[in-house]
Amino acid sequence: MVDLTQRYDVLVVGGGNAALCAAIAARRAGATVLVVEAATKFYRGGNTRHTRNMRCAHDAATDTLSGPYYEDEFFDDLLRVTGGETNEALAKMMIHESKEMLTWIAEQGVRFQPSLGGTLSLGRTNSFFLGGGRAMLNALYLTAEKLGVDVLYEAEVVSMEIENGMFLSARVKRGDGHADVRAGALVTAAGGFEANKEWLEESWGPAARNFLIRGTPHNRGTILKMLLEAGVDKIGDPTQCHAVAIDARAPQYDGGIITRLDCVVFGIVVNKHCERFYDEGEDVWPKRYAIWGRLVAAQPDQIGYIIFDARSLELFMPSCFPPIKAETIGELAQKLELDVAALEKTVSEFNAHVVPGTFDHTQLDDCRTEGLTPPKSHWARRIEQAPFYAYPVRPGITFTYLGVRVNHESRMMMADGKGSANMFAAGEIMAGNVLGRGYAAGIGMTIGSVFGRIAGREAAANARN
Amino acid sequence: MHATDTLAEADRLMTVCNSCRYCEGLCAVFPAMEMRRDFADGDLNYLANLCHSCGACYSDCQFSPPHEFNVNVPLVLGQARAESYAQYAWPRAFAGMFARNGLAITLVAVLSVTVFLAGFIAWSDPSVLYTAQTGPGAFYRVMPHNTMVLIFGGAFLYAIVAMSMGVRMFWKDIGEPASTLTEGASIWQAMKDASTLRYLDGGGVGCMNEDERPNDNRRMYHHFTFYGFMLCFAATSTATLYHYLLGMEAPYPWYDLPVVLGTLGGIGLLIGPVGLLAAKFRRDPAVMDKQRYGMDVAFLAMLFLTSLTGLLLLVLRATPAMGILLAVHLGVVFGLFITMPYGKFVHGIYRFLALVRYAKEKRMMEAGELTA
Repeated sequence: MVDLTQRYDVLVVGGGNAALCAAIAARRAGATVLVVEAATKFYRGGNTRHTRNMRCAHDAATDTLSGPYYEDEFFDDLLRVTGGETNEALAKMMIHESKEMLTWIAEQGVRFQPSLGGTLSLGRTNSFFLGGGRAMLNALYLTAEKLGVDVLYEAEVVSMEIENGMFLSARVKRGDGHADVRAGALVTAAGGFEANKEWLEESWGPAARNFLIRGTPHNRGTILKMLLEAGVDKIGDPTQCHAVAIDARAPQYDGGIITRLDCVVFGIVVNKHCERFYDEGEDVWPKRYAIWGRLVAAQPDQIGYIIFDARSLELFMPSCFPPIKAETIGELAQKLELDVAALEKTVSEFNAHVVPGTFDHTQLDDCRTEGLTPPKSHWARRIEQAPFYAYPVRPGITFTYLGVRVNHESRMMMADGKGSANMFAAGEIMAGNVLGRGYAAGIGMTIGSVFGRIAGREAAANARN
Repeated sequence: MHATDTLAEADRLMTVCNSCRYCEGLCAVFPAMEMRRDFADGDLNYLANLCHSCGACYSDCQFSPPHEFNVNVPLVLGQARAESYAQYAWPRAFAGMFARNGLAITLVAVLSVTVFLAGFIAWSDPSVLYTAQTGPGAFYRVMPHNTMVLIFGGAFLYAIVAMSMGVRMFWKDIGEPASTLTEGASIWQAMKDASTLRYLDGGGVGCMNEDERPNDNRRMYHHFTFYGFMLCFAATSTATLYHYLLGMEAPYPWYDLPVVLGTLGGIGLLIGPVGLLAAKFRRDPAVMDKQRYGMDVAFLAMLFLTSLTGLLLLVLRATPAMGILLAVHLGVVFGLFITMPYGKFVHGIYRFLALVRYAKEKRMMEAGELTA
């Protein structure tokens, strides 16, 4: 049994990749470590459960990576996706450290495999976890337990005692009781606030009520709020979140990867009034993946419908929900409870403006519309071959960008510009330092592992309370 | 749309898994799944028989229960697999043997031992049956060799015929042409995969049996069981050659090949089934097909008893207990043979065939001839 009356050297709040890397690193540095995870054992690890790979720089191909991915290229990719909203020094440090991460994380028991079927484009840059994110977590927890890290599940931090940027203790709720846990240093790796609808509403208004949360319901931002209120400096746009269009039939929380839809480029997307609202063929899908959540969020009732025909059905990764199928566009509209005449009009108008071309979904082809607003710039084919299909889509929120500012030691920076004496942060709660906006596959795990390991090491060395 | 609720659930799971694919590195099931978009009953039965029930995908799955998606691949494929055994049973009338397999096998075994005991007592000369017999032909003084050959040859032949009919039905159900079974490369690959239990290792760390810790030794105990069985089979075959080619009659001395093979195999068949049974008792109930508990236990018990009675017979063959022990041993072996087509034994056959098909599909996939 875990004895909560003892003082730990390091308290880790959170239970995902970043938290476990911190716990393991701190323990390996000789510290006594307690991990408090709000979720049950099954749901431990928050959004790490839903991940599948991490992006690490490497100078040569490996058993599971098809070629080198140099630090410079990684940095260029980061600059591109963030549009420059990154702390360059911190980002370069992270990318440099990521090289070592591949072996370090494997030493903690995590196993890799070549890129998954349907993800060939990531085969050179991203290391895939054998068995996925939960397998990775299982390995990290096993290692942590073997090292003697104490772990508490269903243990939620409800308040913290922080004085002048120095962590003193945390009040942990367990069942009906509470315990005040004292620790020499604090590592927070408790995620963002994407599961907190009220908080999302502050920026998005009532539209946020129709958002689906792709991951854990526990990321309510309570720890983030406590830290900001205790005077930690914030970073990242408080209004922004990473939103993609996912199947509207997904559960409110935790639907994960299997609710994603990769078929926008193969059809048209209409809103509840059967109107198109954006160029579905603007660019190749991975680049466009993340804009559709935002686009659908701006539509009435935050709902959209991807409409395509029989020719496209097998061109994309299947989703866990079957598409809605009909023999005519009218019947499809009925099944979707849309206005029959309006959908027929939109589809026939679209069809009338498609110009002939050679369809090739593997590149920016010359199939497009002419004289249509909005246009479809590529992969435009008439929607004419029955049966017809539709997927309803809603915004699916992956993570938020607002976080605590840290330095190269993962040390939290206070609003007055000084570093905290003994508080460190890793993972989504500080991701905004390097990922101010946008996203690149696997980068969340890189942030979690690299800063988690640093935070654990530094916390062990700064257990000052 | 599907013949059973189990297959409908298997279809749902494969559709979920196919949109995730995180487990594709764990075993053969998921790559085979990825070659398909729709899952007919035959496809599902193929995947079910390809699954070795290592449990890794359950521990690794973010959607396994209590998640509302309730993804439990080892359990559902295990159920589908067991139901497929009944579906392929020949003659059809015996499919019911799989419904309460533990009971059925027990009854057959008890009946078989009883008949052998009764037969021995009725037909053997009591002065032979209850006294020590030694030297070549000792066993055949209790039961004539030709009678033994006739009974066991008949039982074995019946089992082969019944299982061949099952193979035909399985192959047809999964929609694979007969010609695949003549492809040397696929057969050879399947032999390697089966003999090493390549897919019973959780993708490299060992299986998950009790929880998410890869602490499982089922592969080792299965090797004891399988190779123990094969050694016993080799012992019997060698003895047959001794008898007919060399004119040497059993019992053979302890250092002679049939006895050495049989003893080693027998030891394997004691250790293996006990280890597998212990693992079964410890298995996470969430992935355990409780309805099929009896089938698994009955088969392990039959293998264990075959070996135990055989080894006892070896140790006590020069004592007056030999006659009765021989009856018991032969009764158990007869029960094992005759129930082979109607019990867990068939798992090896269908799994091997599924591996043959997978070997072929994998080659085609890698050559780019097959795409989902």
